[in-house]
Order: sequence, then structure tokens, then C-alpha cells
Amino acid sequence: MAKIWYRYGPVLVLALAIGAFWYLAAIALNANWALDRAERAGKTLGAVELVQETWSQKKPRLPAPHQVANEIYKTTVLKKVTSKRSLVFHSWVTMSSTVLGFAFGVGLGVLLSVHIVYFRVVDMSVMPWIIASQAIPILAIAPMIIVILNSIGISGLVPKAIISAYLSFFPVVVGMVKGLRSPDKIQLDQMRTWNASNADTFWKLRLPASVPYLFASLKVAMAASLVGAIVGELPTGAVAGLGARLLAGSYYGQTIQIWSALIMAAILAAVLVNLIGLLQRITLKRMGFVR
Amino acid sequence: MILILFAVLIWAGLFYLNIRMSRPGAMAYAGALVPIIFGVALLVLWEAIVRGLSVPRVLLPPPSSIIVTVFSSLPLLFGDFVQTVVKGALSGYVIGCGAAVGAAILVDQFSFLRRGLLPIGNFVAALPIIGLAPILVMWFGFDWESKAAVVVVMVFFPVLVNAVEGLQDTDQMQRDLIRTYGSSYWQSLIKLRLPAALPFIFNGLKIASTLALIGAIVAEFFGSPVKGMGFRISTAVGQLNLELVWAEILVAAIIGTGTYGVLSYIEKRLTFWHPSQRERTKP
Repeated sequence: MAKIWYRYGPVLVLALAIGAFWYLAAIALNANWALDRAERAGKTLGAVELVQETWSQKKPRLPAPHQVANEIYKTTVLKKVTSKRSLVFHSWVTMSSTVLGFAFGVGLGVLLSVHIVYFRVVDMSVMPWIIASQAIPILAIAPMIIVILNSIGISGLVPKAIISAYLSFFPVVVGMVKGLRSPDKIQLDQMRTWNASNADTFWKLRLPASVPYLFASLKVAMAASLVGAIVGELPTGAVAGLGARLLAGSYYGQTIQIWSALIMAAILAAVLVNLIGLLQRITLKRMGFVR
Repeated sequence: MILILFAVLIWAGLFYLNIRMSRPGAMAYAGALVPIIFGVALLVLWEAIVRGLSVPRVLLPPPSSIIVTVFSSLPLLFGDFVQTVVKGALSGYVIGCGAAVGAAILVDQFSFLRRGLLPIGNFVAALPIIGLAPILVMWFGFDWESKAAVVVVMVFFPVLVNAVEGLQDTDQMQRDLIRTYGSSYWQSLIKLRLPAALPFIFNGLKIASTLALIGAIVAEFFGSPVKGMGFRISTAVGQLNLELVWAEILVAAIIGTGTYGVLSYIEKRLTFWHPSQRERTKP
């Protein structure tokens, strides 16, 4: 019991503190509007009424947590999944392009890292550019990529997935290169004394050694991929996806809608990253990294 | 067709040169020259393919016309740079990183806070924070203040998590030693724990520098005055003026790599004692 408290207690307390702070901030931020309206109606608000008013506005500056929770409940459980107003539908759209882009990115990253480790010329000529590529704010040119790809007839998931892939390949390359180089000299020499071929060394030593590094990178890559997918949805004319919900919400001042899309994105990020964490634990255990 | 053939030949030649130069001990400065040659080869190929296949300019302008655009619209680009980078990104970066390091020093004193904050900080660092941009634009208005606010929120958690971890990166022996010297809390912080945390803090600062640029630019998509890099990119895409878009991207890329380079340089000067900086030669 004490152990559980030691581990989760602080997190719980802080989460509650954040929730309380959120409610207070909602009062502070929404009070002006509420007072304004009351004054125009010729009423004066008592403290209790003021709090009630600030926590139940239709277009508040900051919606209270229960309003957001209510909106999420309404748009996930009460709406049909196929409906355009269902957050499940929008989350699904975002998630599919996230996962597709993640797969592209990881594939590209693994391929690149193997080449970097095995060919010196690739290492020397490509690696600096890979690092430089991340200094380019790709998210900033996401709209252009989408427009260009649309004009040559590629639309739907793929353009968004390409942005996700661009963001997610980098952590994979960095982690995988480190992992493939992690076997030390003694181990490589041992392989040589066994007369192992290059391919054998790769499959039986370098690749297994890189798995823990790969998984650490995959988590970062997944989070990056989700950000890419959401930003990729911004310029598509607000059709579908969590990013489109954000944009539509910001156009019409629907703050509750924005926050519910944000929380949904957070839940999606948590689910996807934890899924990889689960996979990581299972794989590493079976491979004997964790005893 | 001839143009493309020509470009492929040049590409092959440069690549051969790279292979020769990348042999161990082939020549001095190969480490800097090889990537430059690779970049030049890429540009040549890009230029030739766009011209040779006459790719429409609205799809992909050739590098030469992008360079021309950069020089012909320097004042415009400079105005956008000041609006987005100096006012939006830089002020937010300084505030956000400063607040994060300050918060880390505070949090570091209480084990309870630290244990609670690290999981939450890690969680928030993985969130698509950029989604807060529309809300912050609503709160702080269209001008640079809202962009700075987005940047503050984006850079805060990565730096915080790294700084908290870094402040823990001294072992008991070192802390005991500095106590036997009779040092106060502040002395041990400034002489031992902050320097020990620097590699971690710089790691966070580097991540934050790209995030800051992205945050400032993307926040402009949700509303901005009629200047700024994000505003220019989104309107130029609308006008199919792709040269200008690429010019902005070039500016952003130069700023991004430049910032990264400056941070790496400062890091190297300040954390010269760290193993990752001492061992320059890789096995």
C-alpha cells in the first residue's frame, strides 16, 4: 500500500491540484463576461451565482473541466460512430494517418540507420543533413505539402502521413544508429572468431542489441507522428480529424469543442504511446533483456 | 532529357568523390566537405529534374529561382523574421526556458513534487501541445504575444523534465563531499548540481529551440497581423507563390540550424568535462 502511494500518490495529488487550478482559472477568465452580462441585465451577481455562471457558459474563454467532459461524453457515447459530429470518427481519422505515417517513418528510419551503420559514405554525407532536416520547421510547411500533393492527385490519408513520417523517422534513425553500434569490440570479435558472416553479425548481434534503443525511439516517434497528423489536418479545409475540429472550433469560437478535441488528442497520444510501452515490455522480457 | 542525364552524371561523379573522400584518413576536412558535396549534388539533381521534366512551378520551383526570390524580397523576409522569430519565438523561448529551469530548481527540493511532476511532465511533453495554439490566440490576441505564449507552453515541459533529471545527476559521494566542505544550499546548487545538470539542460534547450520555431510559425495559422513567417507561408500557398514559400522555409531552416549550432557551441564550452564532449573520436 505504502509502495503504491509512494509511486502514484504524488501524481494523483498533482493531477488534483491541476484540476482545482483549472476550475479557479475558469472563474477568473470567465468572470468579466459574466459580470458584463449581469450588468446589462441589471442584476448583481453573488459569489455563488458568479461561480455557477462562469462554469456553465456556452462559449467561455476557458471551459470548466466538467463542461469538457460532458462534451466528450456527448460526442463519443451519445453520437453514432459514423456521424460527422462524433469525436470517435474524428479520432479514428487522425489515428489512421498517425499510424500510417508512423509506419512509413519507422520503415524509412530503420532502413537509413542500417545504411548509416554499414556504409561510411552514407554516414558522412547523410547524417549531418538528417540532423539539419529537423531544424526545418516542417510543420510550418505542412499546408504547402498538402496543397502540392492534392494538386497532383494524392489526397486523403497519404499527405498527412508523409508529414507524420517526416517527423517520426528522425528519432528512429538516431536511436537505431546508437543501438546498432552498441555491441562492443569484444562481442564483435567474438562473432569473428566464430567465422560469422556480415549478415550473421547483423541478424544475430547488432539487430537484437538495437531493440531496446529502437523501442525508446518508437515512443518519441509515435508522439511526433500524432502532432504531424493533427497539424496536417489544419489546412485541408476542416473536413475530418481532430486537427479539423480544432480549426473549426477556433473559427466559430467554440472553445468547448476545441478543448474536447485537445483532450481527445491527449487520450489518443497516451493510448498509442502506452501501447508501444506494453509491446516494449513484452518483447524485452521475451528477449531476455529484463529479468 | 540531356539535362537530366547530365545531372545524373554529375551526381554520380560527386558521389564517387564522396566515396573516395570518406575513406578513413583520406584527407583533412573530409568530415565537413563530404556533407557539403552531398548537398550540392542534391541541389543539382533537383534543379535539373525540375527544368528537364518541366515540372510546373506551382508544384516545385527550382532552387535557383528560390535563391532569386530570397534576394529580391529581403525586406519582406526580414520583417517576417523580426515578427515571428525575434518577437514571437525568442521572447517565448527565453521566458519558457527560464521558467522551466527555475521551476526545476524549486521542484528539486521536494522529493514529493519531483516524483509527481516527472510522470506528468513526460506525459505533457508527448502531447500535441500545438493544439493549444487556437486557444492562446483567442486569449492573447493576434499579435506576437499569443505566439510567445504558445512557445512558452511548448518549451516549458521538455526543458523542465530534462532539468529536473539533470539536477538529480550527482551521486551521493559528490553531494557528501561538498557538504563536508561546509557549503550552503546555494553554493552546492551553483558549484555542483547546476553544472552537473547542464548536459541535460542543453539537451532540453536544443529540443526546445526547434519547438519554439514551429510553435511561433504554426500559431500564426490561427490568426496574425499581416506579417510573420506563418502568415506569409499560408497566404503565399493560397496565391500559389511557391517561390516565396520556399524562401521562408530557407530562412527558417537557416535560423533553425544556426540556433542549434550556437547552442552546441555554448554547450561545448560549458560542459567540456562531460564524457560526450571529451570523446570526439568515435570507435
